[in-house]
Amino acid sequence: MPPLITGSSPLVRIGEEDQLPDQATRRRFFELMGASTALITGAGCTRPPTEFLMPYVQPPEKTLPGVPKYYATAAVVNGLAQGVIAETHLGRPTKIEGNPRHPASLGATGVLSQASVLDLYDPDRSKVVIYREQASSWDAFISAFQQLLAPVRATHGRGLRLLTETVISPSTGAQIADVLAALPEARWHQYDPAGPHSARAGSLAAFGRYLNTYYRLDRARVILSLDSDFLACGPASTRYAHDFALRRRVRGSNTAMNRLYAVESHMTATGGKADHRAALRYSEFPQFAADLAAALGAGGAAPAGSKYAAWVGPLARDLDAHRGASAIIPGEHQSPSVHALCHALNTSLGNAGSTVAYTEPLEVRSEDQIASLRELVSDMESGAVSLLLILGGNPVYNAPADLDFAGALRRVPMSIKLGLHADETSRLTHWHLPETHFYEDWGDARAYDGTVTILQPLILPLYESHSPVEVLDLLLRAPNRTSREILRAYWRGHAASGGGAAPENDGEFESWWRKSVGDGLIAGSALPEVTPAQAKAPEVPHTDSTVRSGLELVFRPDPYIYDGRYANNAWLQELPKPISKLTWDNAVHMNPRTAARLHLENQQVVELKYGGRSVRGPVWISPGDADDTITVSLGYGRTDAGVIGNGAGFDVYCVRASDALWCVAGVEIATAGASHRLAATQTEKSMHDRPLVISKPVALYESDPDFVSRIRPEPLLDETLYPQWTYTGYNWGMAIDLTACVNCNACVIACQAENNIPVVGKAEVLSHRDMHWLRVDVYYTGNPDNPSALYAPIPCMHCEQAPCEEVCPVQATVHSSDGLNDMIYNRCVGTRYCSNNCPYKVRRFNWKLYADWYTEQLKMQKNPDVTVRSRGVMEKCTYCVQRIREAEIHSQDEDRYIRDGEIQTACQQACPTQAIRFGDMNNSANQVARLKREKLNYSMLAELNTRPHTTYLAELRNPNPALLEHS
Amino acid sequence: MPEPFHPLANTIFKLVLLGAGAGLVAVLWIAYLVARSPWEMLQQVPREQPVAFSHKHHVGGLGLDCRYCHVSVEVSSFADIPPTAICMNCHSQMWAVAPEVEPVRASYRTGRSIQWTKVYELPEYVYFDHSIHIHKGVGCTTCHGQVDDMPLTWQSPRLTMSWCLDCHRHPDRYVRPRSEVFSVTYKTPPDQSTLGKQLVREYQIRSLTSCSTCHR
Repeated sequence: MPPLITGSSPLVRIGEEDQLPDQATRRRFFELMGASTALITGAGCTRPPTEFLMPYVQPPEKTLPGVPKYYATAAVVNGLAQGVIAETHLGRPTKIEGNPRHPASLGATGVLSQASVLDLYDPDRSKVVIYREQASSWDAFISAFQQLLAPVRATHGRGLRLLTETVISPSTGAQIADVLAALPEARWHQYDPAGPHSARAGSLAAFGRYLNTYYRLDRARVILSLDSDFLACGPASTRYAHDFALRRRVRGSNTAMNRLYAVESHMTATGGKADHRAALRYSEFPQFAADLAAALGAGGAAPAGSKYAAWVGPLARDLDAHRGASAIIPGEHQSPSVHALCHALNTSLGNAGSTVAYTEPLEVRSEDQIASLRELVSDMESGAVSLLLILGGNPVYNAPADLDFAGALRRVPMSIKLGLHADETSRLTHWHLPETHFYEDWGDARAYDGTVTILQPLILPLYESHSPVEVLDLLLRAPNRTSREILRAYWRGHAASGGGAAPENDGEFESWWRKSVGDGLIAGSALPEVTPAQAKAPEVPHTDSTVRSGLELVFRPDPYIYDGRYANNAWLQELPKPISKLTWDNAVHMNPRTAARLHLENQQVVELKYGGRSVRGPVWISPGDADDTITVSLGYGRTDAGVIGNGAGFDVYCVRASDALWCVAGVEIATAGASHRLAATQTEKSMHDRPLVISKPVALYESDPDFVSRIRPEPLLDETLYPQWTYTGYNWGMAIDLTACVNCNACVIACQAENNIPVVGKAEVLSHRDMHWLRVDVYYTGNPDNPSALYAPIPCMHCEQAPCEEVCPVQATVHSSDGLNDMIYNRCVGTRYCSNNCPYKVRRFNWKLYADWYTEQLKMQKNPDVTVRSRGVMEKCTYCVQRIREAEIHSQDEDRYIRDGEIQTACQQACPTQAIRFGDMNNSANQVARLKREKLNYSMLAELNTRPHTTYLAELRNPNPALLEHS
Repeated sequence: MPEPFHPLANTIFKLVLLGAGAGLVAVLWIAYLVARSPWEMLQQVPREQPVAFSHKHHVGGLGLDCRYCHVSVEVSSFADIPPTAICMNCHSQMWAVAPEVEPVRASYRTGRSIQWTKVYELPEYVYFDHSIHIHKGVGCTTCHGQVDDMPLTWQSPRLTMSWCLDCHRHPDRYVRPRSEVFSVTYKTPPDQSTLGKQLVREYQIRSLTSCSTCHR
């Protein structure tokens, strides 16, 4: 077809892969218009296709079509459990919500738990057994495996090696122990590329043994983060964010707030939220921690000559004033010595046992995983391994580059890989076996504090797949047992093993089992706290690395893709990173000063060289990073992840060495020609002095509680030409507490899952066609060299005087009788006037057929209560109107009004900090109405007189006056 | 040089233009009428089913209650099509060898669902909920017609949005006492105008016409 539009308008240049051609004739234009009109007319003359109804033959117990069922289980995120309640429609899990009973959830969810349901339906999951790149079957594998095992059994397991990720599941651990007992010559190795290696080593250094550490931030008044992103990343972040926000809730005259200090090498969501933030190079952290310890010992006087005296002094005095009510949290990727120093600081501050809890390790066997992997690789190379069984993990992709795992694997005579995907590792193993997803099978998992959840299947396995315990059972006995039998046998066998133990008696066990499965956790199964002796602080050589020059390269797990295991999850790929707002890519992050020194620009491709290895990636200038520090995230550059993950970003594992997992100094950097376009959803991060997100010190609120109304005066009610609406029934509204928002983005994914929001891909994000109905805006504030960040979740404001409603020519967006700004897809003709007239830019136009209407697996995830939109219509946040209508019907069936809190929007339900409140504003006793009466309440862009139903509570921070003087 | 056109040519040309315009309008009008016709909307068109199930026999003849088969109608948006097991409650005894019932027995034997043709097809962007209509006193026959007189089931109304809105705007014209909701013999009483208003008050029926009531 000849091109349609002449010239190159700015629009055409925006998206490089955009399909708008650049030449057209008048005749061609009329041809196309005529053909389109004829086609539309023709298409309108057809009847909709006949639909069919397929009732059950024998309906399952308590199943009514149209009524969803809810099951308690857990999302296993990087090995650790977050208790969830899964919504299922006719046997299809569609949406994950938090389990209010579960300590890692308390009803909220993290990003990765929310997105786990999409992993279940990933069309690229492995579906068949593969033997030497040919499709095979489980029967063929089992008979071949038994033959392989005969010589192994004869030698008591010599030559047999198991490689797993960190095993935390008690039943899997027991199964492995049984295998090792039956085959004593066999060896078991564990490797997680982004696991808590430093935390293990740090615990060993401080206490002489492995201990699990977690924090009780609801008891902490002063928190210091040493490069930790505890609010947005990590297995307990949902709980930490909840507890953190709990102590920052300023209402009325209650102005007590905790205080967060963050020292970081790379700006994170936690750092942006901190009351005080400082950028520090990775290598400087031990010295900083040592100086802080010295200052604490000296009553708050920083040691002579300390580079950090300005910070360390006030910080030490603040910590000292809150003994037992403070917490110092090291980043998981910080060095073992920083972890050990933090243990020493926490015990000497009396925090251990109060805000800092220690338990025995969660994992079945703690060990130095790098040493373990190194031993395995050397055995593989020397020929000592005859049969390698890899249960989960992807070491070919993510093992340290210096170990050359792939090369060693090629020398193993027989290797077997069990995994969700036929990935990079499966390509090199002889057998690949499809693994069940944790929503498809029985299992158990521990949360950050040890609480055990029995995982129950939500759906039968979609493909012929098995769990690791079933594969391990092949080593033990025949006939083999199912996951459920193995799990029940394990818990029967652990009848008398302390906390959370199952009863021995048959009948009691059954009721214990039913209760544990139904509750989503085993009561009392959290690991008991231990009180370690005073931690030993490691000696920090006084010159420690602070004088080291050159660039430091810091590796971090990606906040969403993690170590690469979620690379094929399209929701996570398109979820903007908390601060950079990048999608679909990782980048070489450095601060503006470093970039200027190196003469680098945004999106310029550079080559990073270290130790004879190199990698290329695009630069992203990140204000707030430490000088001469380059931060890259793991998990990208996959080649066998699937259609979503392949080719996104660049692989930094190829420069990561086993002796420097998290940071290397002295990296060389060179420009490498071309630039690479990065897709960020927000490119302007300055508010240009407009009070969009209001953030002030709590001291100002104490002295002048009405300051918000001066910054952001609300227009008078009659200052409008339009008629007023009156609501006789409900009047829905939302209040968002900006003090509570920690930019974890769980709300964005929850919204996407609930409302069938499609992903659009990188090219479309580059054209600003991202579809998220809810976004979290980030603005830098403060000193440009060391900025802080402000966060604001922006859903549709449901304006009372909605600019969009006035301009729609077809009445496709109209006001409802209960205060909603309705969007009617079947009326919309796609003029996009509404979006042009929306001052908040929350409307999203469906430019192309973004939703996948054809892939069977993805259809199963869709929420049946929400229309799957086609192209050519405008969409936007509806306040989860499907939930409102359902609650309305439910309450009317019972002849009552909807109770306060009965409706939770998807974003509200996922939010760990309860920053979002939704409800009927007509009832003044309701939470949302109470929040809107707070003096901190304001409307965004109030001067436009749109009278939004979504309003914000201004953010308050609690800076330390002593530290403010210094800066 | 003779005039190329007859004096009437102008008039004829105007008439032709007018006729063409009127013709176009007529064609569109007819197309509209066809599109809204009962034939095109499948109103009162008996639909073929894999089993020649007769509501006339089961409801009109035997007097089965709607809820015996449509079990979830009072609690769910969906009224439920009976599982084969419900059919077999009776048909394992009655008509146990009749060839008409063979597809039902086959389904029960093989575990494969019977594939019924949907009679009331709403567009995908319409979300209808049975339970609330039942609870507010909308009778089954108000929308489904006299099913007790249908040998094969058909769609009774035309199912246009204006038909829905007629009741949503004037519920008092259609509402009946809750006790009569499942009755197939209920006839609108002569005093509906007063009874309707009274029931609307009593059942707290609101006239819901916001778009998002049904479209979301």
